[in-house]
Amino acid sequence: MNAHNLNDSMNWLALTLCRLRSLVPALLVLVVLTPFMARPAAAVIEIEITQGADNAIPIAIVPFGWSAAGEAPEDIAAIVAADLQRSGNFAPLNRQDLVATPVSGDVPLYANWRLTGADFIVIGGMRPNGSAGYVIEFQLFDVLRQSLMKGLSFQVSEQSMRSAAHQIADAVYEEILGISGAFNTEIAFVSASGRVGNRTYKLQLADADGLNSQAMLTSPYPILSPAWAPDGVRIAYVSFEGRLNSAIYIQDKEEGTRVKVIARDGINGAPSFSPDGTRLALALSYSGELNIYVLDIDSRKLSPVTDSSAIDTEPVWADNDTLVFTSDRSGGPQLYEVPATGGRPSRITFEGNYNSDPSVSPDGSTIAFVHNGGAGFQIATIDRASGLFQTLTQGTIDESPSFSPNGQMILYATEKEGRGTLGAVSVDGAVVQSLSLDDGGNVREPAWSPYAR
Amino acid sequence: MQTMNRHKLLDVIGKLSAPGFAVVLLAACGSSGDTRDTALDPGVIPTPSVTPVTIDGALDGQALDPGSISGQAPVERVIYFDYDEAELRSEYLAIVAEHGRYLAQTPAGRVRLEGHTDERGTREYNIALGEARAKTVARMLQLQGVSSAQVRTVSYGEELPVDEAHNISAWAKNRRVNIIYEDAIQN
Repeated sequence: MNAHNLNDSMNWLALTLCRLRSLVPALLVLVVLTPFMARPAAAVIEIEITQGADNAIPIAIVPFGWSAAGEAPEDIAAIVAADLQRSGNFAPLNRQDLVATPVSGDVPLYANWRLTGADFIVIGGMRPNGSAGYVIEFQLFDVLRQSLMKGLSFQVSEQSMRSAAHQIADAVYEEILGISGAFNTEIAFVSASGRVGNRTYKLQLADADGLNSQAMLTSPYPILSPAWAPDGVRIAYVSFEGRLNSAIYIQDKEEGTRVKVIARDGINGAPSFSPDGTRLALALSYSGELNIYVLDIDSRKLSPVTDSSAIDTEPVWADNDTLVFTSDRSGGPQLYEVPATGGRPSRITFEGNYNSDPSVSPDGSTIAFVHNGGAGFQIATIDRASGLFQTLTQGTIDESPSFSPNGQMILYATEKEGRGTLGAVSVDGAVVQSLSLDDGGNVREPAWSPYAR
Repeated sequence: MQTMNRHKLLDVIGKLSAPGFAVVLLAACGSSGDTRDTALDPGVIPTPSVTPVTIDGALDGQALDPGSISGQAPVERVIYFDYDEAELRSEYLAIVAEHGRYLAQTPAGRVRLEGHTDERGTREYNIALGEARAKTVARMLQLQGVSSAQVRTVSYGEELPVDEAHNISAWAKNRRVNIIYEDAIQN
């Protein structure tokens, strides 16, 4: 069973390089070009790690075995490694630094792996499973304790192989860090392509790594403010169909059904699902001023929340009873919170003269928002309990923050070489990555899905 | 349930294991089929599905008919604004007044005022700013006797820039209200 390990060459050059690499701090730029596989994958991901690489956990992710003729239909290990790398918490070894290639069912020779500096090893295998597709399995080992930590087996189709790889990354992340992974989730975003007067807008969905994108809505009219329902299946958004007015729709991504839930005179904007999924908070101006309302989705009953002559918009739910929103009632835009049934809003942000577009972390503890303190529009956070304020990004036009469902990362819109792209930053600001679609369009307004239910 | 039990067993093994248990583990995850089952937690991953939706239509209105209301209305139809401002700049007072006079004399005339912003600031906040700009122009028209039934406003915020560059001159062109005579539009 250790046949693979017989090939272990104690390649001291490789090991030395490996050790040196772990000492190189600061800027480590890694470009992962995932080749086209069975499905059209339209994105190129560039991962930039600006800090934190020196205390990331070294992990060996061995190419998975493939027990049939030809090449495996997907490089599962590469997807797992890219996911873990992107989190900033892990530093996967380069493939040339792997001292052996054990596959699922083998037991690693811990002493050899210890020399590579890897604290953990992931090995796995993939095999055809008749008409059912494939079976993918993996095991995670702790090198220092010389123990098996976790093993999983998945039956997958051609279309769900990537999902299995993301679930393996989630399992490894959770087993080692004790925090749920968010690799097997989705992101929604809006893209616009084409010239002025002939644009195509798309509401797109992609895997959390930005690959595997597909449009759930294609339109000649602007689409904005996508918001996930807690079921992970419905998405609310604003669309200007007919160019005459805005309306808010709820679309089921699986069924392709869409319902126009409100289209009053004036602005119909900024929808946000309540955590229980029964209500939408939104911003409407039919009364003459832009105020916050709560719409009961089933009964269509509309309840006012704010009543001011200022701009009140961008409501989000801190919990089922509390909204956080943007208002310029004190001059420039600032964040406020208010009971969802109405009442006196209380101001949350005081730093700088532009704080807007809040996003609340899944545990409700932290608010991310767009902050301009003079250096441009950047993503900042405030801790609701302590009031601690922190600027996380260094762009000049960063916007639309959205928390990952495990609360560890914030996805946002940014600009690179004149085009709208997406970025993600860890909640401590240590890890920054950027993602750009290579379909020629501008990408904006990302929204990270909840965990699938 | 069996799956759960296996999973838990695996967790227990994982937590108990120390180097001394390595031999046990070697057996547990050896290459024979039976023992591997103990280490693996099987699951079926459903194939993801998305049903795409496509909306048809064209963004732009028809060409102007010179004999129409739109064809005879004042030709300056774009009003520009300062950054983060919804107040009318003094140089545009005369242009708006000209539209006001024309519409007041032409009760059949209908205008749609489209408010736009530059890309700076958040999108929904810019929708609000664009609406404030359109309403500024609407108020000016109404002060000149134009009926409220003749005027409507819509804001696109930063969604429909005329210049997509990211610089001061592009931003200046994008902060605007378009005055659109609606007799050219069927819908």
